[in-house]
Amino acid sequence: MARDEGVGPMSRRSRHIKSRVMLGLTYGAAATATLPLLLILVHLLREGTKYIGVDFFTQMPKPIGEAGGGMANAIVGTLLLISVASAIGLPIGIGAGLFLAERRGSLFATVVRFLSDVLNGLPSIVMGIFAWEFLVRPLGHFSAVAGGIALGAMMIPLVTRTTEEMIRLVPVSLREAALALGYTRWRTSLTIVLRTALPGIVTGALVAVARIAGETAPLLFTALGNQFWSTSLGEPIAALPLQIFTYAISPYDTAHGQAWAGALVLILVVLVISLLARFATRSRFQASSD
Amino acid sequence: MTNPQTLTVRHDDAAAARTTQPDAGPLLATRRLNAYFGNMRAVRNVTVAFPDREVSAVIGPSGCGKSTFLRCLNRMHETVPMAAVEGDALLDGVSIYKGDMSAIEVRRQIGMVFQRPTPFPTMSIRDNVVAGLRILGRDGPSRKEADQIVEDSLGRAGLWTEVKDRLRESAVALSGGQQQRLCIARALATHPRVLLLDEPTASLDPGSTQTIEELLYELRKTICVVIVTHNMQQAARVSDRTTFMLAGEVVESAPTRIMFTNPRDSRTEAYVTGRFG
Repeated sequence: MARDEGVGPMSRRSRHIKSRVMLGLTYGAAATATLPLLLILVHLLREGTKYIGVDFFTQMPKPIGEAGGGMANAIVGTLLLISVASAIGLPIGIGAGLFLAERRGSLFATVVRFLSDVLNGLPSIVMGIFAWEFLVRPLGHFSAVAGGIALGAMMIPLVTRTTEEMIRLVPVSLREAALALGYTRWRTSLTIVLRTALPGIVTGALVAVARIAGETAPLLFTALGNQFWSTSLGEPIAALPLQIFTYAISPYDTAHGQAWAGALVLILVVLVISLLARFATRSRFQASSD
Repeated sequence: MTNPQTLTVRHDDAAAARTTQPDAGPLLATRRLNAYFGNMRAVRNVTVAFPDREVSAVIGPSGCGKSTFLRCLNRMHETVPMAAVEGDALLDGVSIYKGDMSAIEVRRQIGMVFQRPTPFPTMSIRDNVVAGLRILGRDGPSRKEADQIVEDSLGRAGLWTEVKDRLRESAVALSGGQQQRLCIARALATHPRVLLLDEPTASLDPGSTQTIEELLYELRKTICVVIVTHNMQQAARVSDRTTFMLAGEVVESAPTRIMFTNPRDSRTEAYVTGRFG
């Protein structure tokens, strides 16, 4: 205290002011960080809601320039593409992440980790071109499965790295406890380590799904888009981002409105997936003890 | 407790010690056991025996290799990268390293409890107890048998009355001392012949420590217990025999009473009287 007094009341006040200013700046930064999302949501709700009705979910798109219609095919198409992408990206990503965490020091793991980071930073349009070159061109036509594979390939590095990080957070002591009970290595990895890391892995998987759900570029060369109803994996398929893109660049106001509505639905789809998965992981403990 | 000479098996044949009394013979014994981390030899030529139905303590200053030694007794040491083991350990006269027993089989017969409680956080209290039985698959116990095992194991670990009404709740909701007793119950559920404890009370409060020490006293009636501790008072309180290790070597191994009152080696005397370590 005596020393504080010696420095003088002025400096103490200036420290308080500095503290206030810095605190204010961080408050400002925190508020600004959430601002884009708030603005987007407010704008989407204002522009999009008037086009969202039962029709939007059940009707097919009307020809460009004609009012009414919906995006039923694009909503189903996006869900289908996400399913295909998840079927590819989740098992491969989680398996690779488990491998990287278990064999973290090996040369192969180091190479895989590096390449996976490179793949993570790959522009999505390049992924689209890649899928076009190796899937669309040899097969001779655009297809939903090509789009799903392109999106799945984008998910792999995301899921791999989050899985690895989450598994590394599981204490070694837990792994040793399982081994000491006579668990084999693989059983320890699957039933103890992976299971303990599961909530984190699910969150990582959700981030990956949310990321690819809105991807447009990889779909331009692969799924292509479709004005008609299709659930066939071998045919071109509609997707919300593609539909939004098509409508947004058209000159008609009604189409623009539909694009806003599509964007709102896209965000809601991502939100619903997140909430469902959260709910699923939370209730798992009660389920497992039954 | 007969003649200290026959029970001190440091430089003598483990088989000779076994002939004294079938019941008091060593259930677990090591022969010139060495453990390595890469080029570092952490355990040096340890030959020591642990009788059945007794609590054996292993004491020594930090870094003397006592935990590493303990981890060699159920083949946990080899799970660490760069680790290696030389020499042998015998369970009831059968080699756990050179015989037909797999590491998995060894660990099922020689259970282990660690310094920090390690309940599986995704499992209920009940599921934690039967976790070691799960891996038996179809050969495992039926639901009814499992219920009995849960009650027996938690009973032996002195936890049954505290948790019997909340077996389906999460294990991490328990206190630290309860979690450690749950880990002991989990280790007992597979009916091991030996229980290894690696500083089991180091992270617990005095009350929980006392509970676990009383528990060890009960466990000695049915099982061979080896406890590593750096708390000499604990070794003196709970153990029948004490082994003193220094720099990876066994300095002395004798009945606890003798170790703490009339040790043969001057280094043991210096350690137990608190002059170093």
